[in-house]
Amino acid sequence: MEIKQLEDVAGQVRRDIVRMVHGCKSGHPGGSLGCTDLLVALYFKKMKLAEENGKPQFSMDGIGEDLFFLSNGHISPVWYSVLARRGYFDVSELATFRKIDSRLQGHPTTHEGLPGVRIASGSLGQGLSVAIGASLAKKLNQDDSLVYVLMGDGEQQEGQIWEAAAFAPHHKVDNLIAFIDYNGQQIDGPTAQVLHNRNLGEKYAAFGWEVIDLPGGNDMASVLEGIDKAKAAAGKGKPVMVILHTEMGYGVDYMMGTHKWHGTAPNDEQLAAALAQLPETLGDY
Amino acid sequence: MKKYTYTEKKDTRSGFGAGMEILGNTHPNVVALCADLVGSLKLEAFIKNHPERFFQTGIAEANMMGIAAGMTIGGKIPFASTFANFATGRVYDQIRQSIAYSGKNVKICASHAGLTLGEDGATHQILEDIGLMKMLPGMTVINPCDFNQTKAATIAIADYEGPVYLRFGRPVVPVFTDPDQKFEIGKAWMVNEGADVSIFATGHLVWESILAGELLAAEGIDAEIINIHTIKPLDEEAILKSASKTRAVVTAEEHNRLGGLGDSVAQVLVKNLLVPQEYVAVNDSFGESGTPDQLMKKYGLTAPDIVAAAKKVIARRG
Repeated sequence: MEIKQLEDVAGQVRRDIVRMVHGCKSGHPGGSLGCTDLLVALYFKKMKLAEENGKPQFSMDGIGEDLFFLSNGHISPVWYSVLARRGYFDVSELATFRKIDSRLQGHPTTHEGLPGVRIASGSLGQGLSVAIGASLAKKLNQDDSLVYVLMGDGEQQEGQIWEAAAFAPHHKVDNLIAFIDYNGQQIDGPTAQVLHNRNLGEKYAAFGWEVIDLPGGNDMASVLEGIDKAKAAAGKGKPVMVILHTEMGYGVDYMMGTHKWHGTAPNDEQLAAALAQLPETLGDY
Repeated sequence: MKKYTYTEKKDTRSGFGAGMEILGNTHPNVVALCADLVGSLKLEAFIKNHPERFFQTGIAEANMMGIAAGMTIGGKIPFASTFANFATGRVYDQIRQSIAYSGKNVKICASHAGLTLGEDGATHQILEDIGLMKMLPGMTVINPCDFNQTKAATIAIADYEGPVYLRFGRPVVPVFTDPDQKFEIGKAWMVNEGADVSIFATGHLVWESILAGELLAAEGIDAEIINIHTIKPLDEEAILKSASKTRAVVTAEEHNRLGGLGDSVAQVLVKNLLVPQEYVAVNDSFGESGTPDQLMKKYGLTAPDIVAAAKKVIARRG
């Protein structure tokens, strides 16, 4: 898929996100919009996925394919939309997000059997450990595919992250590529005000990670290039950490540059204003 | 009263270590994790034989539970081990989300449970772990009674698909169960058939219940003793069958009386059969430093305490 096509997918995913959170009057649009370009780039271009006739074939063990874990589970809308658009389940199911009897729970879970999800997340700080475990299992299975995990920057305040940060380099977990959504915002305000994540990249480097700074987290060409760089750094004895600079709410002008849309749904009027900025490229669900 | 004897005393944690040594050879997908307590958990043999399948996490139990959950993705069967306090209360949310809710095939193996940890004191003597673990949907909770049963349980849980909490201890205690037993998860073991009172016991309290049975027999009281090694899923059939016969129930466990085996049994009784029950358990308190024997005596978990509870419940039955 070329960059233009990937950008079209990303535009549609952003439409899905705002429509989903509007539909249930809850959810987390801000971080979802900010991470859209990364997830589209991974699922539509860079991850090696088990497929049959272009359709992904989900298995829990994911032997021989790259795995993705979402540690900051509250940005479930972007993940659900990308999984549906990629063919893991029908896009019509996006309309059930956060509603009773849905497989699309507020935070991702294996409990309802949604294809594409391999662990529950939502309570923060756990995904890096899980991804390390999956990476170790791949090594034991002599499976040379990669494990990706995405975390939030506010999430870096959780202590478990730093247990995992120490473990991975010590055990040379070099088939792991982690991303931090570095948008500088969390629920209560700018991260620098809530609890400053000083020198995040330097911290991981000091723990023994290969750290890649990726400034253009909302520019598809930059994201693709950054993932290539991360893949090139894998397999060399160190886990890889990508500091992905994004803007919370990217693509919807009134949601950008503020923490206020971290966990708030747009009303009818706001939805219309958002959709006016996001062309329908693949057809709404 | 059926006669039980023993020729040696061993710690149940060594039963875990012996089970792991066997699993190392029989189950190539079994992996072991430990948070800086390899000697205490008796994992040396497994590590020596299969160093590539052992993962030292350091003193970082939350990360250990997450890694264990992740390793199931790819077909591994992780046995994540540390002291019971650090294997449950410290990492409750990690177990809840990444293991129980996610339905992962992780075996949480917890040594030094209860008062018999001894001199280290209350910070390490968890008495709430059975309650914490049994409240998690889908979690199996097992508390074996001696070396042989712990070894058999360790081997059995590898072939069971789903999260398991396996609880064992530090002190040496009589080895009195069959060395070649097959452990059946969820199936109570009839230790002694009797007619006058039912004693449902788990863990270290099973041997104390046997001693209590002998003391009661000397006074003409015929106690039925049943080993509830699996607290969840509970063998309700065995409990109701026995309680229907004796109509007097004693539960015995090295755990807080709130939330342990006693409460599980009480729930079965109250829904099905109104018979009196007495608890032999720690009375909603923390422990303290002391020898295991001193602590069991002070906190009311010995054979004479079980005898007293049996007499009391028989009197209440009328």
